[in-house]
Amino acid sequence: MRPSRLHIPKHHSRPGETPDFSYLELAPAGATQRPDINTRVRDMNGLAFELVRVIDDGHTAVGPWNPHLDPPELQVGLRHMMLTRAFDDRMQRMQRAGKTSFYMRSLGEEAVAVAQGMALRPTDMLFPSYRQQGLYVVRGRPLVDLMCQLLSNTRDMCKGRQLPIMYHWRDGNIFSISGNLTTQFPQAVGWAMAAAIKGTDDIAATWIGEGSSAEADFHHAMLFASVYEAPVILNVVNNQWAISTFQGFAGGEHRSFAARGPGFGMAGLRVDGNDFLAVYAVTRWAAERARNGFGPTIIEHVTYRGAAHSTSDDPARYRPKDDYERWPLGDPVERLKNHLIDLGEWSEERHAALAKEMDEHVVASWKEAVTYGTLTEAPRLDAHLMFEDVFKEMPEHLKKQEAELRAERAEK
Amino acid sequence: MAQMNMIQALNSAMDIMLGRDPGVVILGEDVGFFGGVFRVTDGLQRKYGEHRVLDTPIAEGGIVAAAIGMGVNGLRPVAEIQFADYIYPAYDQIVSELARLRYRSAGEFFAPVTIRTPCGGGIRGGQTHSQSPEGVFAHVSGLKVVMPSNPYDAKGLLISAIEDDDPVVFFEPKRIYNGPFDGDPNKPAVPWSTHPKGDVPEGYYTVPIGKCDVVREGGDVTIVTYGTMVHVCEAAARSLGLDAEIIDVRTMVPLDVETLVNSVQKTGRCVVAHEATRFGGYGGELSATIQEECFWHLEAPILRVAGWDTPYPHAFEWEYFPGQARVAAALRTVMEAAA
Ligand SMILES: Cc1ncc(C[n+]2csc(CCOP(=O)(O)OP(=O)(O)O)c2C)c(N)n1
Repeated sequence: MRPSRLHIPKHHSRPGETPDFSYLELAPAGATQRPDINTRVRDMNGLAFELVRVIDDGHTAVGPWNPHLDPPELQVGLRHMMLTRAFDDRMQRMQRAGKTSFYMRSLGEEAVAVAQGMALRPTDMLFPSYRQQGLYVVRGRPLVDLMCQLLSNTRDMCKGRQLPIMYHWRDGNIFSISGNLTTQFPQAVGWAMAAAIKGTDDIAATWIGEGSSAEADFHHAMLFASVYEAPVILNVVNNQWAISTFQGFAGGEHRSFAARGPGFGMAGLRVDGNDFLAVYAVTRWAAERARNGFGPTIIEHVTYRGAAHSTSDDPARYRPKDDYERWPLGDPVERLKNHLIDLGEWSEERHAALAKEMDEHVVASWKEAVTYGTLTEAPRLDAHLMFEDVFKEMPEHLKKQEAELRAERAEK
Repeated sequence: MAQMNMIQALNSAMDIMLGRDPGVVILGEDVGFFGGVFRVTDGLQRKYGEHRVLDTPIAEGGIVAAAIGMGVNGLRPVAEIQFADYIYPAYDQIVSELARLRYRSAGEFFAPVTIRTPCGGGIRGGQTHSQSPEGVFAHVSGLKVVMPSNPYDAKGLLISAIEDDDPVVFFEPKRIYNGPFDGDPNKPAVPWSTHPKGDVPEGYYTVPIGKCDVVREGGDVTIVTYGTMVHVCEAAARSLGLDAEIIDVRTMVPLDVETLVNSVQKTGRCVVAHEATRFGGYGGELSATIQEECFWHLEAPILRVAGWDTPYPHAFEWEYFPGQARVAAALRTVMEAAA
């Protein structure tokens, strides 16, 4: 007899090693079937293990999932992704320059938020994690507003109360981002249940990283969504890393994250998250399925976290330096760009000009944003704002504490 | 003796215990290969292997539940919750299970789990990287609750916690990981090497759970505090020129009432200070206990200094933090009062 053994998930590669992505189960573009939106879950379990891809290695859109978007729409998608990237780049640098306290980039994952944002209706409610800033770009929130939040300045939508990137936008139908992982996942299901109770045709969509799928709230979301067949899209962005731990530690070593769907009797799709067209197509499919009363879908986006986890992180300690360059699914911006060039609807010159335009837009926005103050420079928000919104009406004990703070500051 | 900051002292405690007791295991998010987001477990997986120092899925409830199971099966788990702000998914496992297992099984089952978690603000972390929830756990029967204020105590208390057969929730004030902090963010950072409690024995020693530390003897007033606030209160008393007796509670549960009572009976005046929110906070317990035991010795009402009863706001961190000004205001009021 052999004693029992504790299995430790194996990382594909560590610093100093050659990145090895052979663990990834890939499929050629166009190979995966596209079922009708009303297909029963038991008849499409396989989709949770395959990989929906549309743009092939020759930059052509192929197969049943091709969403057949017009070139102008593709150009808008490219523009949104490039603006998201330009914004991320500069905000990272501004944090490094000490202008803000914290930042998180979405480098390499831009197609997820941008294509999905475009595939949904503006009235659909979004419950993102901290890495879907592209949703704000798609829905048209001015960058200045986002920057003011990052700066905790006098125009900060969070009134100085939140860490940078924890945006919210009620009028844009984007829920307040939480620092506590996965909490939004079952909340989105509740929102979708309410839409069904009220009889509207709005749906909800929510996002977590694959690491966050370990939390119990993931299970709560899956269970409530499947029990009530709620009109919701549950997105797991598998960017392979959760800070220093690789997706194997969230259970990705044995089964895809999409495969959790069939386990709950829910549709599960696995998609190439760096393929703008594929992400758009699966989101449209899941949205129509939900909107027409055929229930929820879990979508796993296979992508890569191109940057550090956050400005507090140093990935050189736990992964090879050149891993992103070797990621087999490429870069979402490059892939859409090459596809457009292949269609004869884009060129290197137009691309360079657009990159410049995006960067200039970001720079101009930043110039304006800092005129409303920074975390450390005037004008500053009134610190007494901290006592508001704890409750709808301020109770006596907070009024008393506010007065104490006033006295404390007068003395200084 | 060696110079250690709090991170190194905590690391040394776990290193020693992993070496002394094959039942000790460490588990938590990013604690293994990476060595923890604050590097407290740095190098331990390399030294003791992947079966002794485990990276876990991001599931605090799972981490604590698994630690309980391991504890029941004879191991001595040390679980890290990456930030105290993220301990709540484990709340049910801690409160309903870990705290009560010995009681409900009439002593037949127990789980000697230590839960380490960084707490407190002052690092621009906003409301989800700044909380001090010690009072929430001190309120639960069956949990020991510890918060050191310096490297020497951190190491000795952590070894005691790991050796303890009862569950211990061990809070680490992250603002003082690298050096003492007197509450003034504009002063240059001071390393632990400048502080006597940065001298830490390299080997095994313990600091007992259940004993306060009289940081400074004095006759004018007693300041009862813990964690980062020990250093803030020392500076505030110094700036007022008061001969304050400063007591570092160190362990919220069990509480060393005797040391507190002896001091307040001597000084007749008392201020209680912590960084956590005030309403329903642990300061209320301290204040009530001291009042019950020392009422006839008191020259003035006991005052509490605390964080405001709001979430920890990112931009107003220093208006929120109970700094020297807030401590000094309470000290002045207590000193001026005449019974
Ligand atoms: C409940 C909770 N536990 C731990 C953390 C600390 N934390 C923040 S992000 C993160 C990793 C998340 O990884 P993943 O879900 O894969 O998303 P990614 O960052 O890769 O986009 C961790 C552990 C947290 N914010 N909330």
